[in-house]
Amino acid sequence: MGSVVSFFERLLGTEKKKEEERYLRANDRPFNLSFNYDNNAIRTSKYNIFTFLPLNLFEQFRRLANAYFLFLMVLQLIPQISSLSWFTTAVPLILVLSITAVKDASDDINRHKSDNQVNNRTVSVLINGQLKEEKWMNVQVGDIIKLENNQFVTADLLLLSSSEPLNLVYVETAELDGETNLKVKQALTVTGEMEDRIEALAAFNGEVRCEPPNNRLDKFKGTLSLDGHLHSLDNDKVLLRGCTLRNTEWCFGLVIFGGPDTKLMQNSGKTIFKRTSVDHLMNVLVLCIFGFLACMCSAMAIGNAIWEVREGSVFTVFLPRETGIDASLSSFLTFWSYVIVLNTVVPISLYVSVEIIRLGNSFYIDWDRKMYHTKSDTPAQARTTTLNEELGQIKYIFSDKTGTLTQNIMTFNKCSINGKVYGELFDFSGQRVEITEKTQTVDFMQNPLADPKFIFHDQSLLDTVKEGDPEAQSFFRLLALCHTVMPEEKEEGKLFYQAQSPDEGALVTAARNFGFVFRSRTPETITIWEMGRKVTYELLAVLDFNNVRKRMSVIVRSPEGKLTLFCKGADTIIFERLHPSCNKLKQITTGHLCEYAGEGLRTLALAYKNLDEDYMDDWKQRHHEASTAMDGREERLDELYEEIEKDLLLLGATAVEDKLQDGVPQTIEQLAKADIKIWVLTGDKQETAENIGYACNMLREEMKDIFVVAANTPEGVKEELLNARRKMCPDAADEPEVIKSRAGLFWLKKTEFVQDEKVDGEYGLIINGHSLAFALDKNLQLELLRTACMCQTVICCRVTPLQKAQVVQLVKKYKQAVTLAIGDGANDVSMIKAAHIGVGISGQEGMQAVLSSDFSFAQFRYLQRLLLVHGRWSYLRMCKFLRYFFYKNFTFTFVHFWYAFFCGFSAQTVYDEWFITLYNLVYTALPVLGMSLFDQDVNDRWSFQYPQLYTPGQLNQYFSKNIFVRCMMHSCYSSLILFFIPWAAMQDTVRDDGKDIADYQSFALLAQTCLLVVVYIQLCLDTHYWTAVNQFFVWGSLAAYFAVSFTMYSNGMFLIFSSSFPFIGTARNSLNQPNVWLTILLTSLLCILPVVTYRFILIQLQPTINDKVRYKVREETLPAPAPRRPPRRRISTRRSGYAFSHAQGYGDLVTSGKFLLRLNLKTRPALFSQTDSPLAESQPQHYRTIPEEREEGKSPTQEEASVE
Amino acid sequence: MMASSYNAKDEDGHITVSGPGGGALRSKKPENTAFKQQRLPAWQPILTAGTVLPAFFIIGLIFIPIGIGLYVTSNNIKEFEIDYTGVDMSSPCFNCSQNYSWNSTKPCTCTIPFYLEQPYEGNVYMYYGLSNFYQNHRRYVKSRDDSQLHGDMDSLLKPSKECEPYAMHDNKPIAPCGAIANSMFNDTLELFYNDPNGTKVQISLANTGIAWFTDKYVKFKNPGGDNANLTAVFQGTTKPVNWRKPVYELDKNASNNGFINEDFIVWMRTAALPTFRKLYRTIKDSKMVPTLPRGNYTLEVVYNYPVRSFEGRKRMILSTISWMGGKNPFLGIAYITVGSVCFFLGVILLVIHHKCGNRNNSTDISN
Repeated sequence: MGSVVSFFERLLGTEKKKEEERYLRANDRPFNLSFNYDNNAIRTSKYNIFTFLPLNLFEQFRRLANAYFLFLMVLQLIPQISSLSWFTTAVPLILVLSITAVKDASDDINRHKSDNQVNNRTVSVLINGQLKEEKWMNVQVGDIIKLENNQFVTADLLLLSSSEPLNLVYVETAELDGETNLKVKQALTVTGEMEDRIEALAAFNGEVRCEPPNNRLDKFKGTLSLDGHLHSLDNDKVLLRGCTLRNTEWCFGLVIFGGPDTKLMQNSGKTIFKRTSVDHLMNVLVLCIFGFLACMCSAMAIGNAIWEVREGSVFTVFLPRETGIDASLSSFLTFWSYVIVLNTVVPISLYVSVEIIRLGNSFYIDWDRKMYHTKSDTPAQARTTTLNEELGQIKYIFSDKTGTLTQNIMTFNKCSINGKVYGELFDFSGQRVEITEKTQTVDFMQNPLADPKFIFHDQSLLDTVKEGDPEAQSFFRLLALCHTVMPEEKEEGKLFYQAQSPDEGALVTAARNFGFVFRSRTPETITIWEMGRKVTYELLAVLDFNNVRKRMSVIVRSPEGKLTLFCKGADTIIFERLHPSCNKLKQITTGHLCEYAGEGLRTLALAYKNLDEDYMDDWKQRHHEASTAMDGREERLDELYEEIEKDLLLLGATAVEDKLQDGVPQTIEQLAKADIKIWVLTGDKQETAENIGYACNMLREEMKDIFVVAANTPEGVKEELLNARRKMCPDAADEPEVIKSRAGLFWLKKTEFVQDEKVDGEYGLIINGHSLAFALDKNLQLELLRTACMCQTVICCRVTPLQKAQVVQLVKKYKQAVTLAIGDGANDVSMIKAAHIGVGISGQEGMQAVLSSDFSFAQFRYLQRLLLVHGRWSYLRMCKFLRYFFYKNFTFTFVHFWYAFFCGFSAQTVYDEWFITLYNLVYTALPVLGMSLFDQDVNDRWSFQYPQLYTPGQLNQYFSKNIFVRCMMHSCYSSLILFFIPWAAMQDTVRDDGKDIADYQSFALLAQTCLLVVVYIQLCLDTHYWTAVNQFFVWGSLAAYFAVSFTMYSNGMFLIFSSSFPFIGTARNSLNQPNVWLTILLTSLLCILPVVTYRFILIQLQPTINDKVRYKVREETLPAPAPRRPPRRRISTRRSGYAFSHAQGYGDLVTSGKFLLRLNLKTRPALFSQTDSPLAESQPQHYRTIPEEREEGKSPTQEEASVE
Repeated sequence: MMASSYNAKDEDGHITVSGPGGGALRSKKPENTAFKQQRLPAWQPILTAGTVLPAFFIIGLIFIPIGIGLYVTSNNIKEFEIDYTGVDMSSPCFNCSQNYSWNSTKPCTCTIPFYLEQPYEGNVYMYYGLSNFYQNHRRYVKSRDDSQLHGDMDSLLKPSKECEPYAMHDNKPIAPCGAIANSMFNDTLELFYNDPNGTKVQISLANTGIAWFTDKYVKFKNPGGDNANLTAVFQGTTKPVNWRKPVYELDKNASNNGFINEDFIVWMRTAALPTFRKLYRTIKDSKMVPTLPRGNYTLEVVYNYPVRSFEGRKRMILSTISWMGGKNPFLGIAYITVGSVCFFLGVILLVIHHKCGNRNNSTDISN
């Protein structure tokens, strides 16, 4: 009932007043109840038993099509208008409504079930000083509950105390944001002191004031007032519903938000509704059809008026007019009568059929074994089932790099320690040896704690470490200490690291294998095994990573009491802070870093610094003050960090390798052949990105030119873009031609369109983030678009998530082309949501991308199958379906139109009413579904063989307004044949026994049989792929038609319902006449002949790519797939095949010790960052953090204002 | 050219994935069925010259003979039509046609002489034809009560609303009700052969066997069963407004009276088009051979049915029939035309195919 109530509330505008602030008192139910906060019961279901029918019907009738048919039904109840019995509309409408209702109901039952299951979970609640088991739904705001390990968090809680030291709690947030790594929450010390003393907790009477319910997962503001003291609360102290408690024995929490107010629920249910271009076209067409229908009906009404004046007025002898109806009124009524008769031009089953077809095609994607990844046991998934045909029209692909093109499995590959390079192999002559799978690997067996999966090829590094080289040892000690990894050691010696980013995991694992095993951590200590010896360092501070600092430091005290700061970070950042004494080493290392970057490795520079005790004490003190400061906390902390992280001593650099995913170059080659333009939007630096570009075949040696835009001023960017464009297309106009037009429903939507410009040859464009920021500016964006769209490949480096979305929006806006964004990480979410189609790679970086995507699979290479096979087929099928569907309905309807001229425009139908009822639902439903679920022009292997088959979709060649008009002309022709041939054949003729055959009923039967046969033959002509199912559907439907006809026209039916089946005997009496069958044959042939001729001539004179391939399929057997070409190797220093980027995870709470107790971590939303290379421009790169408004669902365009 | 760039081998091996708990989880790998993998065996026809051109020629070759056969058959059917509306002053029925009254007590008779140039052999059928008569108008078509005609007693006394305004008259239900029944054709046509020796022979016309079997024996039934006293059964009802006699006096023959009167049934089977003909009588057991010899005839019309008010026409048609029904040259001509067109198109397509087709299809697909 709730939704009814809320619905009426909404209707009347008396919705519950919006909460301004939440105010609650612990353990005081009466007090809290006075605010009417929602309790913890959730309800995601829409209906209950009583509200289902009215609400569901209401929802369904909000759809234009259904409302229209309801209106028709009402019209049919008016006897003066009703040209058809009520059942002709009612039966289809009820069927359509009930199909939808059944679907809605089953969805809702599932929701009810899951609601019930969740609501009936139990949890320990502190009631009247005692812990009681209580159902989740009975938990109230202000209750104190106890959670145990591995339990789901019941509601949004303020963490009070926990079993762990320092009141820490570990939670997994997979259900909330999809990330599987652990997060740490920490209670206030004041509340933490209560621990699990029930009496203390029961007496706890803190009052919480906080923000009203909202959907920001990473933000919480509030205060706790306890015994007159105010304590500030932030996101760190709140456990959100949807998380799971891990590694924590127990904890107590105070319920702040319950049920629908929790952030989980506030975040759910908001899905962006994407519609395909075919959908938009369909809506426009349906609207056109309405207009057309009105025209036809008006014509009929005028005809009726003329007839009534000229003929009807004198024919009253035999057909008197009803009282009070004169010619003009009659013509008005005729208008509506014809609205009913001709309503089949707006087919009621269109939308249902479209949904069924899309669903079917989505299932094919889910079922495809060739898109199933064995290693991760991940099948492809069509998460949105309404976008299939758009997959066949993609023109632009925007791809993330890390985790999408590359595997994002990091391996520690090379390092430079104290100016010496490790990780490369040389043969005796000093030539570098190619590392292959067969190369001898370093044996780490001596180290019992080593990770057996770790592979390294250079024995010399292990030897160096074993020899006790101090730099090498410091190097690995740093790697073992300076990180935020959580160790997990379920069995002795079986270590498992839980790392924020795969890079970090790779580095710590490397240290582990080289003898510096990170084993455990507490907030104050880190225990490592150095060369088999246990050493516990006291952890004094963690200066965490963020995307401005681009570095991370730890300050530790060794058992000997030595204070050291270990720092790792982006090379440019570290190099700025080095002690002058390192200059020489810096130069050497810079050389190494350049080399690594050239090879596409992700690099980090490592440095350390020894600190003296006095300074540290002082710094600690100031740090404490800064971190407890109420305002400017962050700036002050940053200053402090800046102060201590200087005069560092360089240790070396690491290079981590990230392999390309399987089949990426081939996939990209295929997609390029299909004329799909691929833009890579990466956070990486230019060199890495360029390298990846070559490795994946996007940038090719045979390209005419590759432009690099890397200017620092808007003017410079403009200049470079202009130069590039002039080079590609010297005679293009300077001012872009923007074609403004209107489209959409009622032509309300303004569109701007920039046409593609012809370019000879292939070009590539690389643009760095800095230039991109300028280029995305309003003045330059068209320039960028024109230049970029001329290029085959565009690579944008150092792009922020927001810029990714902006680029997608730009292309979407001005190109009117279908875009697809593919990515795997949280930084791709904005782009995935912005593009027409979002594809998520279910990979390493968590699930966010997948959760917001429309399609997901495990490997980038499946994209070609998704587009070239599934997309192409879906588009083909959908277009064939629409063409055929409109054809069959128009043909059906136009016959009535012609008949009107012979029946005094009286809205008499040509066909039997039952035929009208069943035509769309029974006789033609299955054959057309069969075609649109099974049809394929050529099979998948040929689709791969000729990716060009994809291009018709991009150009909308299979269905457009033009084709729709052609469809109508075709229908018009067919209907003329279908009416006038039977008319001529039956005029004034009789049966072979002299009896009637030109009577209305026989004529109706003849006309409808002709129609059905013609429509079936047309279907057969359109079907390219005849499976047994298609055959069965076509023949079965034809058989069903005759069976139904004979049944309905039988004696029995007439004897039972004399008034509903007046056609008794018609079938028997006229289908035994030879001239009836000769007429059917003649009409079918006349309808089909021009079609076949036209198609044949087209194939002969202008064969499409499709015809050619189909012809080839017939002529030849498929050549065996070409052997896999080994990826072309580029110059040895630019070893291809590897891609890198550095995307360190965002700030981590794991190590927040008591020293950094008040470290404000909530303002660390950066989901991605980069390291700078020494080659990068000296000007610092600006990254904007993602504005928090994002979560409120604003589109990126609205945020354009905030672009610097 | 890369056909498929993924390695099918590592995708196709079926593996079970071991879960972290050690137990083997069911793999999420989709089933390998032809249906799910969209590999259903299928026939993929395409329009090639090898199929299309022969088809055109064959269709041409089949259709032309059929057309000729149909045309010849249709031409062999003898048909004679005479318009007796009496529009012309000179027409014998002109006087009668001026009389519009439905209920005139004095029947107006007119005699129309005509000459048959050919003898009519076999069964000869006599039709009346009406033009400009909208028997297919929606309001007309639905103005009947099939239950009543089926002999339903309730409907007999309470005709359906569809029959309005011919449902009740003087507070009595009309039987049969509705506009169709009300406007039943009520001219009487009689045919006389003027023997060359001067005698006038009346040709016997059979008024049964002219309706569909299903209509006569299933759809139409007299109320009260076959042997009921019709006069009694129709007690309490009134005749349709335009009728001269009640429905139970349509024929003296009990099996052809009331609702099952065949003239009535034929009328009730409404025509599809505003110009139509309906079977009036059959001439089967004429004592003459041939059935209607060449010579002079007289048609005697009891002119009751007014059509001039709406510019209608009335015709009398005499016709023989063949296996394909009555005379209608259309199908024959259409078949011949379509057959020729097919043949002609076949030739054109053949030329096109020879000139362009091979060139286009043999070119390789550019990559």
